[in-house]
Parts: sequence; structure tokens; C-alpha cells
Amino acid sequence: MNIVVCVKQVPDTETTRTLKSDDRTLDRAAADGVLNELDEYAVEEALRIKEAHGGEVTVLTMGPDKATDTIRKALSMGADKAVHLTDEALVGSDALQTSYAIQQVLGRTGFDLVVLGSESTDARTGVLAAMLAERLGVPQLSLANKVEIDGSSIRVQRQTDYGYDKVEATLPAVVSVVEKINEPRYPSFKGIMAAKKKPFETLGIADAGIDAAQVGLANAATEVVDFAEAPPRERGQIVKDEGEGGVAAAEFLASKKFI
Amino acid sequence: MTQPDDFLALDDELDEAEQGIRDVVRDFAQDRLAPQISDWYERGTVPREIFTDFGKLGVFGMHLDGYGCAGTSAVAYGVACRELEAVDSGLRSVVSVQGSLAMFAIHRWGTEEQRQEWLPRMAAGQAIGCFGLTEAAAGSDPASMRTTARRDGADWVLSGTKMWITNGTLADVAIVWARTDDGIRGFVVPTDAPGFSANAIPRKLSLRASDTAELVLDEVRLPAASAFPDVRGLRGPLSCLNEARYGILWGTVGAARTCYLEALSYALTRTQFGRPLAGFQLNQRRLTEMVIAVGNAGLVGLRLGRLKDAGRVEPAQISYGKLANARAALDVARSARAMLGAAGITLDHPVMRHLTNLETVVTYEGTEEMHTLSIAAAITGLKAFR
Ligand SMILES: Cc1cc2nc3c(=O)[nH]c(=O)nc-3n(C[C@H](O)[C@H](O)[C@H](O)COP(=O)(O)OP(=O)(O)OC[C@H]3O[C@@H](n4cnc5c(N)ncnc54)[C@H](O)[C@@H]3O)c2cc1C
Repeated sequence: MNIVVCVKQVPDTETTRTLKSDDRTLDRAAADGVLNELDEYAVEEALRIKEAHGGEVTVLTMGPDKATDTIRKALSMGADKAVHLTDEALVGSDALQTSYAIQQVLGRTGFDLVVLGSESTDARTGVLAAMLAERLGVPQLSLANKVEIDGSSIRVQRQTDYGYDKVEATLPAVVSVVEKINEPRYPSFKGIMAAKKKPFETLGIADAGIDAAQVGLANAATEVVDFAEAPPRERGQIVKDEGEGGVAAAEFLASKKFI
Repeated sequence: MTQPDDFLALDDELDEAEQGIRDVVRDFAQDRLAPQISDWYERGTVPREIFTDFGKLGVFGMHLDGYGCAGTSAVAYGVACRELEAVDSGLRSVVSVQGSLAMFAIHRWGTEEQRQEWLPRMAAGQAIGCFGLTEAAAGSDPASMRTTARRDGADWVLSGTKMWITNGTLADVAIVWARTDDGIRGFVVPTDAPGFSANAIPRKLSLRASDTAELVLDEVRLPAASAFPDVRGLRGPLSCLNEARYGILWGTVGAARTCYLEALSYALTRTQFGRPLAGFQLNQRRLTEMVIAVGNAGLVGLRLGRLKDAGRVEPAQISYGKLANARAALDVARSARAMLGAAGITLDHPVMRHLTNLETVVTYEGTEEMHTLSIAAAITGLKAFR
């Protein structure tokens, strides 16, 4: 089976993340880049599917030069090869454009199954899997917390607020995963050392047949109009328990619509 | 801009694989070990599961080749020791004893059968090893050991008592060094052999998250094939100690770094006389001395690691690193402890734990005095041990 995992380098959520004042895009140089956390689960799931059913796992990323670190991590975990789409023309692309660019690369690599994390911790749009499936004309199985493959059919448990849906489709397909799905492995030392020697293809937009007029900040369908600093956290509210503490806590939760 | 935790940006000198290994070990150490260590320390235990976790991580014998070992560079192994000892010296000791003492001994001196039998399981953490050289009356002077191995037909019979043996009660296999008619020899002793027993040493105030034991060999009968065939004399055990000391000189960098970072963050937040502690000149001097000590120790580790990878490191240079770095780490820990005031004496902060651990680390694998004499012997040509 030809499995492609789409991964993204995101600024470390433990560092301060900022938007640039001039073009209102994320300041990727300012923060340490790490593999988007949910993508680790996607890589892990792809590796498990490969281990059970055979085939090959390709890591695909679109991002700046330094995103190679992220790819290395996925290769260290056990992916077989990597494709890195990187081009100045892609800077500032929104989700719609990104799904187009990735579709073009998938046209080159081919795929039976595309696995993604259900969202990235930077923009958190959570729409890429849906857009990609639509562009590719294949079924989308989203928010999977369990994946089973049987011949050419794929079944997932789709996580919902009330439990889960059982969703079934025929391959090829696009799956997005949530963190309940597995426990990502630590890369093995042998894996880390082997990562350097694995096939690693770097593509520009011309190599991937991407139309420059359809990508990049200037051509984006969406625009960040303005942004503001998050307000400082307000002091918490302290309720003194004089026998009514439970009621007060419940009322508070109800007022915030948690219960 | 300089980073407080790597002031000299030393890690830029690591290659890609070494950096990758650092990240994995650091994540593992911080996620799985750091949250539990004060509890293990207080209870004076090291859980058996740690060995399987370490095995899965791949740190046991990671710089050895074949038999399920990853075959990394010595520098990568050093960095792994650094990240583990940043949590606790006892946890790094587990890895030193398993990989550098027990596995290295079998890898370097064992027969092919001994390697096949033990190394893959030890690499995976399914079998635990220990290394018995020291005795109650033979510490710095191991040549005076009393444990003997005598021939009985084709068999060997071992008698004696080893003391202060790390991993002793947990071990499945003990590498035991004993006196024979033909000089000191090494033996691979399965710990379920009749006559073998191990007793935990109680009431330790240092290296509490580590198993330290007495090994009793009461007429333990072993087949001929349990001896290392080709090595006689102290050359055998000393070759292993040299490996383990190499890991220690890196590990201590981690312990020192943790103490320094703890002192730094404490001093930045704690105020007295209306100012953060870090704003007083006396504390600034402490912090500066700490950051220099950590950086210099890191440099020593890296230099010796590169020499080791080039096959050029001398035992006296390892002595230099073990002595200089263990001493530096102890100084940093003491200074950090002082900066935390009363808060520094509890297990809520890592510094007192590191401080007491480091008292063991300067003692085992050759005391400060022994390494002083080794270095001096190398530069003067005069031996002053006896
Ligand atoms: C927690 C722990 C774990 C250990 N794990 C192991 C293990 O797994 N396997 C193992 O074999 N051993 C182990 N050891 C033993 C350790 O290696 C010895 O304790 C060490 O070699 C020192 O020996 P000693 O304690 O007998 O001290 P001694 O040799 O009695 O030394 C006492 C003091 O005298 C000094 N001294 C001795 N001779 C001289 C001299 N000629 N000139 C100047 N000063 C001298 C020493 O430097 C030291 O300060 C462990 C020890 C500890 C504490």
C-alpha cells in the first residue's frame, strides 16, 4: 500500500508565537519549529498500517527550508521516504491553496491512503483534510480514533462529542486522525541514524506542476485583516466553601455552558 | 543571543544523528523519568519497568555494534548519558552499568556464544546485568580482591563476596571478576546459579534511585565456558571501567546543568530585600561560576567523545574528564543548594538529590584521589599509588 502522510512544521506551542506586522503571516523564523503534534499520531498510524499490511510510507511536507527537521523526525520514526515542497512562491498560502499544492504533489507520488493530523496547532483551521479529499475526488474519513483496513475497504471510528460514528469507505481515501488513535513511538536510534540515508526529494512549484498564480499570499482566498494581542489573563474567581461550594462551582460551570 | 542552558552553543557541534538522539532521550527523560524521580528517590527504588523502557528507547549498549545494539557514535552515547543524568545520576548509572560495564565486558571479552546468549536480551532490557569488581576490603585497590575461582574438573567454582554492586538484586547476569591460579579473570554468572545471592544495601543517603547490593558467591559452580577466554589481570575490568567513566564524565554535565538551571529560575523569581535573588552581585557570581562550570564540563565531554570516536582517547584523558567533571558538578550542586536556601534541602527541588548523588559519583569508578594519581602518573611518569 502506498501511504502518504502529510506533516507540517509548526512553531513550538511552548514558545511565544507572533504574527508579522507587515503581512500578518506567522513569524516562522521567530519560534522553534517542531513537528505538529497531531501529525506524530498520523505518522504513527501510517507506520502501523504499513507494518500490518505492507507497503511504503512517504512523508510529505510543504514549508520553508527548515521544515527538513520535521521531515527527519518522521523518517526517524520509520517512514521510508520524504518529499519536501518548498518555494518562495508558496509563502502565505492559505488552506485552500495549500490543498491545491498538496494535491499536485500527490499526483506525482500517487497514493492509496493519505493520512493527516486533524488540525495543526498554528492556524488550527482543521479543513485541510476535507479540502484535499474534495480536490482528489476521494472519500474523506475525518477525526479517526481507530482505523481498520481490510483489502480495499477502510473503516474508521470517527470521534464525536457523543461517542463515535462508524464510517466506511473504499480506498483510495483521505483520513485525518485525532490523538486518541495511538501512542506515537519514540524514534529509535537506528532509525535516527538511518534517516539521513533515506530518499529525500525537494520540489519547487515548477517541479510539482503548481501554477504560481494559484498560490502565495497575494493570491490567497482568505486574508488576515487584523490581529491583536491576547488580553492578559484575568485573576481567577475564588469561591470560599461555606457549605455551598459545590453549588457555586456547578453554577459557574453552567454559566460558561460546560454543563 | 546566548541560551542559558547551552551558553557556548556546544550542541551545534553535534551532527544530525547526535542531535536527533539528544532530542529523543531528552524527551523521554523529561516525560517519563522527571515526573517520578523524587518519588523513586524517596522510596529508595528503581522500578524494574525502567529497564524495559530503556531497552525500547535503545540506550543500553547504544554505542556497541551488532547484537541488537544501535552502533551510535561515542558522542551520541555521551549526550544520552547527559540527558539521563540531568534527571538523576542513579538512572544514568543503570545505563552505565548495563551498557558500559556488563554488556561491554561481554562484547569485548566474551565468546561468540556468550555474546549471542546475553547481548540481544540485554540491549532490549529483558535481561539485566551487573558488574562485580569491588569488595568490602578491595575498593581503590581491586588487585587485592579475595574472591576466587578454582577449577574442579572442567568446571569453575567461585567463592567470595562483592560489595557496592549496582543493579545487584535486579540482575539476571553478573560479570564477576575473581582471582585464579592464572591471575584475575572475568566470569559470566547467571544469577539463578545455585549458591549465588544478592542483598540490597540499606540506609543509603546517596544514589537512592538505584539498586546497590552485596553479591554472595557461595561455591557457585559454573561450566568451563563461563569464563572470558582471553583476558587476564586488571586489564579486563579496567577496560570496562574506562568505558563507564566516559559515560559518567558526560552524565555529570547533565546533573550540573539541572542544578544550575534550577538555581537560575529560583533566583529570578524569589525576592528578598525587595529584589530578585538573581539581582544581587554575590548570587550573580554564583550563577556565572555555574554557567562556566557547565560549559567547560560540556567541552571536555565533547572533546573526549570526538577523541574516542577517532579511536585515540587515552585512559588518563578519561581520568581527566571523570575527575574534572564530577568535581565541577558537585561544586555546582553545592552552590545551587545554597542559593535555594531552605527550599534547597527538600525533594521538591532537584538540587539536594543531585548533590547527594554526586557524592557517589565522585567516589565510584575511581575516586578523585585515584584519578589524580592517574593523571599525575601520566604527566610525571611516576606512579604514587602505593
Ligand atoms: C552507590 C555505589 C555504587 C557502586 N557500584 C559499583 C559496581 O556496580 N561495581 C563495582 O565493582 N563497584 C561499585 N562501587 C564501588 C566503588 O567503585 C568503590 O566504592 C570505589 O572504587 C572506592 O572504593 P572504596 O569505597 O573501597 O574506598 P577506599 O578505596 O577504601 O578509599 C577510601 C578513601 O581513601 C582514598 N584512597 C585510597 N587509596 C588511596 C591512595 N593510594 N592514595 C590516596 N588516597 C587513597 C580514596 O580516594 C577514598 O577517598 C559502587 C559504589 C557506590 C557508592
